[in-house]
Amino acid sequence: MYPPNFEYYVPSTVEEAVGLLDQHQGDAKILAGGQSLIAMMKLRLAQPAILVDINRIPNLAYVREDDKFLRIGATTRTAELSRSTIVQARYPILSDAGREIADPIVRNRGTVGGNVSHGDPGNDLPACLLAMGAEFEIHGPKGIRTLPARGFYQDTFVTSVATNEMMTEIRVPRPGAGTGSAYSKMERKVGDFATVGVGARVVVDSSGKILNAGIGLTNVGPTAIYATAASDFLAGKTDSDAVLAQAAVLARDASAPSPDNRGPVDFKKDMVRIWTRRTLRKALDRAKGGK
Amino acid sequence: MATAPLGGIGVSVPRKEDARFIRGKGNYVDDVQLPGMLFLDIVRSPYAYAKILAIHKEKTLAVPGVLAVITGKDLEAAKLSWMPTLMSDTQMVLPTDTVMFQGQEVVGVVATDRYAAADGVAAMEIDYEPMTPVIDPFKALDPGAPVLRTDKPGRKDNHIWHWEVGDKDGTAQALKESDVVIKEKIYIPRIHVSSIETCGCVAQVDSMGKLTVWLTTQAPHAIRTVFALVSGLPENQIRIISPDIGGGFGGKVPVYPGYVIAVVAALTTGHPVKFIEDRTGNLTSDSFARDYHIEAEIGATKDGRLTALRVKTLADHGYTDAAANPSKFPAGMFHVITGSYPFKKAFVEVDAVYTNKPPGGIAYRCSFRVTEAVHAIERLIDILAHQLKMDPAEFRLKNFIPPEAFPFPSVLGWTYDSGNYAGALKKAMEIIDYAGLRKEQVEKRKRGELMGIGISSFTEIVGAGPSKDFDILGIKMFDSAEVRIHPTGKVLARFGTKSQGQGHETTYAQILAEELGIPVEGISVEEGDTDTAPYGLGTYASRSTPTAGAAAVIAARKIREKGAKIAAHLLEVSPDDIEWVDHKFQVKGVPGKSKTMADVAFAAYTNHPQGMEAGLEAVDYYDPPNMTYPFGSYIAVVDIDKETGQIKTRRFVAVDDCGTIINPMIVDGQIHGGLTMGFAPSMLEEIQYDADGNNKATSFLEYLLPTAVETPHWETAKTTTPSPHHPIGAKGVGESATVGAPPAFVNAVVDALEPYGVTNIDIPLSSYKIWQAIHSKDPP
Repeated sequence: MYPPNFEYYVPSTVEEAVGLLDQHQGDAKILAGGQSLIAMMKLRLAQPAILVDINRIPNLAYVREDDKFLRIGATTRTAELSRSTIVQARYPILSDAGREIADPIVRNRGTVGGNVSHGDPGNDLPACLLAMGAEFEIHGPKGIRTLPARGFYQDTFVTSVATNEMMTEIRVPRPGAGTGSAYSKMERKVGDFATVGVGARVVVDSSGKILNAGIGLTNVGPTAIYATAASDFLAGKTDSDAVLAQAAVLARDASAPSPDNRGPVDFKKDMVRIWTRRTLRKALDRAKGGK
Repeated sequence: MATAPLGGIGVSVPRKEDARFIRGKGNYVDDVQLPGMLFLDIVRSPYAYAKILAIHKEKTLAVPGVLAVITGKDLEAAKLSWMPTLMSDTQMVLPTDTVMFQGQEVVGVVATDRYAAADGVAAMEIDYEPMTPVIDPFKALDPGAPVLRTDKPGRKDNHIWHWEVGDKDGTAQALKESDVVIKEKIYIPRIHVSSIETCGCVAQVDSMGKLTVWLTTQAPHAIRTVFALVSGLPENQIRIISPDIGGGFGGKVPVYPGYVIAVVAALTTGHPVKFIEDRTGNLTSDSFARDYHIEAEIGATKDGRLTALRVKTLADHGYTDAAANPSKFPAGMFHVITGSYPFKKAFVEVDAVYTNKPPGGIAYRCSFRVTEAVHAIERLIDILAHQLKMDPAEFRLKNFIPPEAFPFPSVLGWTYDSGNYAGALKKAMEIIDYAGLRKEQVEKRKRGELMGIGISSFTEIVGAGPSKDFDILGIKMFDSAEVRIHPTGKVLARFGTKSQGQGHETTYAQILAEELGIPVEGISVEEGDTDTAPYGLGTYASRSTPTAGAAAVIAARKIREKGAKIAAHLLEVSPDDIEWVDHKFQVKGVPGKSKTMADVAFAAYTNHPQGMEAGLEAVDYYDPPNMTYPFGSYIAVVDIDKETGQIKTRRFVAVDDCGTIINPMIVDGQIHGGLTMGFAPSMLEEIQYDADGNNKATSFLEYLLPTAVETPHWETAKTTTPSPHHPIGAKGVGESATVGAPPAFVNAVVDALEPYGVTNIDIPLSSYKIWQAIHSKDPP
């Protein structure tokens, strides 16, 4: 419970932070909210020689919307995300998830950028961002690049961000008319990582036909999972319990959970099915004007 | 004189200790700071069972700040590599050649600060040769199983002891003659007390060679004696101070290796040494609780009269029996398993085995194995009621020991002091509207919804205990009070017990206020310092009020006896003419002629009668004539999500009877805390090991403690049936709820799952187990 020595840097710009990461490639870790990193350091599971504390870089914590995107600064606390009235009104999947991450103490410190870029399949926001078709702005020594959420998660704790790069902004496409979204998490107790988490986004037309959909899954595989077949299946279908049940089976088949204290594989896969169906229903209710 | 409220028996006096606790001003072991203090950290075994081939100290000793490395071989030279457990087994302080469980203490590292000590631990290199561990306690008894305790000469198996009580043949015959017999296997899993404060100590040797240890202990006096016997130091040269304790629950009764290593480090370095466990060390090496594999049968006549009970149990003690039971009872009070029912025949046997797991078998808020007993009997009663197609409440009411049968001799040898079991159950049924719930359940079942109602009508046994039956390592289980009244009528009272959150500073003061007529705020209570407090066996198993609380009453009454003589002297009457009325010494029949205890106290030092000793104080070492038997009835109502297996506790009503209540608020707090500690293992807590002996719950990420969000809303109520033998009629209450709650939850869940033919689910009632129960059988 006592970490080894490390050097500690407090850059004041993104460029300075990226410079430090580039200089100490592989030895340096970004310290944002510290809710995963510090715990891993206390257990000596992570032993970075250098910490680059990005908390004092100005203008990195914000939630704002323009005509194309909801833009979330990387050091925005997850508590702030779920408190945002814009998020609550038009991106309820994110405020749902924001309220389910760990516990209030963690949410007051943990950042959106950290939750998204840590690559832990148990983190709740990645599934939501996969469902929403989000993209990430990444700063590196050679400049800025933008990566889609889908394809970003390569393996447990492995993402497309290089060791000398830093995520600076999370962009969620602004939803059009008829969009509904929701996130559900099954957990053993408050503060637990999900047994299964499901993020769903649907767009319906005035007749109730589903125009397109996105489904993301938390903690049922080595990474957050985008349930492609289930999402694609829903496009063009008319909302019915049978259709949702079929999509839920496809989502279940996209999952690859490991057995642990939360339960065996067959249970977890069935929970993907159940919670996909329930979350889709909630998203559809919201798309049709419900809460 | 202003008349402050007395704050005696039955008053919800705010807790005196809370003024410091809620302001963060408690004084815990980790708050002790001494000049030149060093820090101990511990290297732990990554293997469940391995030979130690070599310990390489060099890299650790090279870490800046590391001063010393202590190994089992170092301790062996001082004959300290092994120590006795409270059950007269032996436990390694540090291993010399073999590690016996994952997380075992292997090497101590002493450094100038806590971080350097941790760096020293990380730098340690040890060569192990892993061996195949014995994890399954049933396989531990296989003829071919490796013998784990090769340190014990002549040992040929892993069987520790066999213990039995009751009439074996008579029980077999009675079961044979019963119309209905049901049998069930119930596993009560291994759990951990997980007190918020982990264990630790600060050891200091002063210039006169006296050893002082600030220690997280529930039993400072007994620990001093154990230290003296193990170390060979004279007992007068050892002082144990148990300061504020952040939760004990039985986990702070044993002596842990870290304490001994810290003492050795202090003796060898000449510096004070602090050792505070981190959470993982606490969870993986300190004594566990429970771990009973129970197979039980009960029989009844076809009209629903209980006949006989037979229980066979396998107790997994890890690599040493480090339980903290009274010596005569290796399975604790497990044979209170006949519960609230007048069985005519019963037979209980327990076999204990060694496995490659941490040592233990301590009483986690369970009054020595009563949780296991209550869980088994209250589950069996429900299963049998179901088999007989009788309502479980009706079945209990039909079979309870009736109030007029007390004192009731149980068939397995206890004498229940008092009880009114039907009274408590009927009250709980009324509060929760039992009939209404059953009606609702019928309707819900028609719609395919899963709702369950579960009852637990437990009988506890606490207050160890009468010296004829109860001792720990030979020391009789009395407890003590020493009461001194100062000239101005203020009181200092010291006890052999040690509060860990129970509120002794308040409740003992209330007992004394009642008995002495001195307002509660003028009474200070001290415990935990062996240099000042009278000898006692400490606080666990709900024994403080039954023993030390009674000692307080008797000591106060001794003071009243002397006080009456002083009052007679002051009032110029014969002592025979003085009576104690309305908390005053009064001339018989003359209410105007009286003296308060404060008057008498002042006279005791300024104007005492010729020929009488000055002063006003008394000591009592109380040896209770019997145990106390608190009881209660709990009813849980649950709703189950059929698809996910998630359980929602809709209501939980707890009717408790602990005899005379000293402080209703504190009792309610004990019940709330106890219910939560009964809920936790019912739903969440469990220490599991994989086949290699890897502990699967080494932090609070996996050892799941409930938060306020999961914890049900508790509805509490009381009945009052005083203990006939306790001087104020009080019984212990600290563990009733933890003991009583789990079967109420399981009974409710199994009741909900009745359409699926489920008879038992072992705790914790994880969602996946419920899902499996539902999916393994098609509903009718």
